Amino acid sequence: MNARERLERFLTTDPADVGCQEAMEVLHVYVDLVAGGQDAAHAYPGVAAHLAVCGPCGADFDGLLAAVTQ
Amino acid sequence: MKPHDKLDSPLDPASAEWIAVLTGPEAEREQGWSRLHAMLLRVALRELRRRRAGGALWVAGVELDDLAHQAAADAMLAILHKLESFRGESRFTTWTYRFVILEVSAKLGRHYWQVHPHVPLEAESWERLPDRFAVDPGEHAERAELVQAVRHAVDHALTDHQRRLFVAIVVEQTPLDALAHQLGTNRNAIYKTIFDARRKIRAYLEANGYLEQEKADRP
Repeated sequence: MNARERLERFLTTDPADVGCQEAMEVLHVYVDLVAGGQDAAHAYPGVAAHLAVCGPCGADFDGLLAAVTQ
Repeated sequence: MKPHDKLDSPLDPASAEWIAVLTGPEAEREQGWSRLHAMLLRVALRELRRRRAGGALWVAGVELDDLAHQAAADAMLAILHKLESFRGESRFTTWTYRFVILEVSAKLGRHYWQVHPHVPLEAESWERLPDRFAVDPGEHAERAELVQAVRHAVDHALTDHQRRLFVAIVVEQTPLDALAHQLGTNRNAIYKTIFDARRKIRAYLEANGYLEQEKADRP
């Protein structure tokens, strides 16, 4: 991947992205699905789209998943 | 109507036990809250250590312990106020841990400014912009052209508010929660502003031939 493609990827926005507020409101439900081996991204595609690109919400997801699986 | 009379789904046994204890007789209830607080504190401590290992190097030692206690205490208050809103969509412990994880993020954002006094943006900061896109330093010509193009887009396509936030987050690499605290706003508001800024910068770069037009059928 060259520099232009990397920049393009950074600037690409997904219309399905629900944003931080909506993602955090259902984070516990999403995490329980993931922890239970279910397809959370299929159930909540907008949340999956958001978590894939939002660093802070991604960190919260990782933290909550770690908390419930440790 | 009693709390939790209307649940979205039947509670799993462990969650049902938590609700029974936390809404039960006083002595049992106090023990339950004490046990929950100990669990939240453990989660907060582990999460802060995990964040530190992941790059939040500005918190350590006694400060880390203090932040964990603050996060656990504030999460407890939030849970106490919102207990009746628990609808059983997840396990009870997952629901409670979410509060403490979000408190950890907020407190890390607030604490950031205690050890990172704000300094004006240096001109050289823009030269580090390609690092944000993981551009190979070997791509010298491409790198310089990209910096110039993005900077031009930021100057000409964004509003003052969008430009300020884009520079803080993308160029200066300020943590989003820290910026939210500094501006007295929330994570979602900043994310939406940056989201719109990315879209406008892309459109500007496409219109000026730096990037190919986005496919119309993109989902």
